[in-house]
Amino acid sequence: MFGFTALDLARIQFAFTMSFHILFPAITIGMASYLAVLELCWLRTGRQVFVDLYHFWLKIFAVTFGMGVVSGIVMAYQIGTNWSYLSEFAGSVMGPLLAYEVLTAFFLEAGFLGVMLFGWNRVGRELHFVATCMVAIGTLISSTWILGANSWMQTPQGYAIEGGRMVPVDWLAIIFNPSFPYRLVHMVIAAYLTTALLVGGSAAWHLLRGRDNPAVRKMMSMAMWMLLIVAPIQAVVGDFHGLNTLKHQPAKLAAMEGHWENRPGHAVPLLLFGIPDMEEERTKYAVGIPYLGSIILTHTLDGQVPALKDFAPEDRPNSLIVFWSFRLMVGLGLLMIALGAWSLFLRRGGRLFGHRLFLRFALWMGPAGLVAILAGWVTTEVGRQPWVVYGVLRTADAVSPHGAASLGLTLLLFVVAYLFVFGAGTAYVLRMIRKGPQHFELARAPEGGPGEERTPMRPLSAADVKNDEDGGAAGGADHHPPRS
Amino acid sequence: MGIDLSIIWAVIIFFAVFMYVLLDGFDLGIGMLFPFTPKKRDRDTMMNTVAPVWDGNETWLVLGGEGLLAAFPVAYAIILPGLYLPLILMLVALVFRGVAFEFRFKAKEHERHLWDKAFIGGSVAASFFQGVSLGAFLDGIAVSGRSYAGGPLDWFAPFPLVAGVGVMIAYTLLGATWLVMKTEGELQARMIQVARPFALLLLGAIAVVSVWTPLRDPAVADRWFSFPNIVFLAPVPILVLLCMVLLLRALAGKDGRLPFRQPFVLALGLIFLGYTGMAISIWPHIVPPSISIWEAASPPASQGFTLVGTLVILPIILMYTGWSYWVFRGKVKADAGYH
Repeated sequence: MFGFTALDLARIQFAFTMSFHILFPAITIGMASYLAVLELCWLRTGRQVFVDLYHFWLKIFAVTFGMGVVSGIVMAYQIGTNWSYLSEFAGSVMGPLLAYEVLTAFFLEAGFLGVMLFGWNRVGRELHFVATCMVAIGTLISSTWILGANSWMQTPQGYAIEGGRMVPVDWLAIIFNPSFPYRLVHMVIAAYLTTALLVGGSAAWHLLRGRDNPAVRKMMSMAMWMLLIVAPIQAVVGDFHGLNTLKHQPAKLAAMEGHWENRPGHAVPLLLFGIPDMEEERTKYAVGIPYLGSIILTHTLDGQVPALKDFAPEDRPNSLIVFWSFRLMVGLGLLMIALGAWSLFLRRGGRLFGHRLFLRFALWMGPAGLVAILAGWVTTEVGRQPWVVYGVLRTADAVSPHGAASLGLTLLLFVVAYLFVFGAGTAYVLRMIRKGPQHFELARAPEGGPGEERTPMRPLSAADVKNDEDGGAAGGADHHPPRS
Repeated sequence: MGIDLSIIWAVIIFFAVFMYVLLDGFDLGIGMLFPFTPKKRDRDTMMNTVAPVWDGNETWLVLGGEGLLAAFPVAYAIILPGLYLPLILMLVALVFRGVAFEFRFKAKEHERHLWDKAFIGGSVAASFFQGVSLGAFLDGIAVSGRSYAGGPLDWFAPFPLVAGVGVMIAYTLLGATWLVMKTEGELQARMIQVARPFALLLLGAIAVVSVWTPLRDPAVADRWFSFPNIVFLAPVPILVLLCMVLLLRALAGKDGRLPFRQPFVLALGLIFLGYTGMAISIWPHIVPPSISIWEAASPPASQGFTLVGTLVILPIILMYTGWSYWVFRGKVKADAGYH
């Protein structure tokens, strides 16, 4: 179909559905933890601002989570429908990891999500907080298993091949494979950064429009602290991850660096710019810093690093894609560090909420976490090609025996459906963000609902009207007095 | 005699898929009942009866899939490509339907009807293609070696298509009886009216499948009608008829009292009987008619490793899932929810 082979179409389909899917967990992993923190702050301080923010982000969380669930069900089945040979060959190792993800994470999230979203008036405050925490923990457990499975495919160990299939020999070695800790930490931090940037970007949008209230300020402040502390940590973790890749996936690292060959006694430069050309076997228009490649990767002045020409042409990942996706990720990471540092500088003298250039920067950085995550996944996934299980099973041998017509049809179906559904979802999320945090009536009398009341309702009375600063947990009329 | 891990895993996957059919069955049914209830208020109520639990309900489908990959990778690698198009169509339908739960309440007034349609269409298509997949699976999957050997349209045959309609009827009945339990007033009365014809339709569908299956497959006929099996299996049709009679009587109400939980429980009973009947027919094959559970099994190191966790975690899952249903027990009104 249109010159694509069945393998191309299967790969495009997987890349497309996976890229959409990863955006939603990327948001919900960080957002679930943020919600747990907000609810804890509210339980501790009783300040209305926290409960307002909780219910504001809860709505956005719910929509994002829903999109993550439905696109995730597709992924759960696509490994079998599109990559049946992989399933058969490696299923005995990957299957148990994915089954544990369902058992320990998906059910936990789903079971407590209902209470988190709808149970505000049906369970006690502490129990509701427990539900929020369970959902947050569920997202982290889910990350652990899925990153375990993915890392194992990147750096497989603890298996044997018997009767033409992989069989598990040592489960601890399989789960705690060499790249697992780096990938897991890198991804969870990326999710936290993504949430911080989204929250900060949303606050910046409201501040730029003159909507300056305690809830928006709180959002901005919490997001920038998170960014300030976590973005530099991410850079360090990323560096360790890179050294791990150097050790275990040298071809990927050579592709990331656009580094074609080592000359004896010559240091490796760090290329900043260039266009790797897979046909001509060189990186055109290369602009680099001498010695820096050697220093970063080997911590010596003339250390040699793996080069693409060390590998047979059919074993080389596409350097053009990996080189640029990697630079996009790192570049955004540096901007995140800059944003965090700038926020610290502006806090002195209380300019954080009024510096328009800074706010515009924060606004534009809003989606940067999502873009960086996509770029990072492209780097690691394209970088492992042509292998699906690194060094063991080639992607070309993993695909299901479908014709190009079937795959082309389903790809078209996914593209149309996803653009429509997730396009609408994004529009709804943006509309909710635009609306901003509203005052949440804690003592709202329920207008009928499933089940009986478990917490006694507080009467709505004038006596309860307090403003945010007084810790008016019982609700009131004016909760966002402008602070001067 | 050692423990046969493959048999235990067959039972666990049987159970996971059964839980899925029961739980997502009624919430898919609600989508198919939307055309019978055009009022926005009624539709809001119907959505709110399942909004807190639908995500958990669908998780059983994921457990069925990943459990199959873990315990019977060969079956997973044959069945999923074998049912490629119906499964992909089902997944896309579930995407539309799943997001409708959230989007419907976030949409502006004039665009809400779009998500109502997505919910209806998604529920209809997901149910139909689940039935088609089930029918095609029972019909037999062409295998050579360890991979699928049929064509992309093998599922497009009379039996799978009839099975697709059968599953739609079954889910609609589950949905209607669920709403009889969870709603009151006019909406409940409407659901009682709808449930009756769907109960009779389901009886018809069970009869068609029960006659067709042994006619199609002599092995099944042999299993059903040979002695002593016939003695053990005879209660199945008798229980089906008994459930049906009780269901119709429960829907009629007693002494002017409205029906409550019984219709739903009896509808679950009917589904259980039909589902068990099918499992008995194909046992011990996991890819009928050629591959048995033992031939499809992953190594004991995989089945055992996964089983340890499953036996510990599954009861805990059932406990907190039950708790979550309990929190949201009782009748539901239109404006419940956090929206």
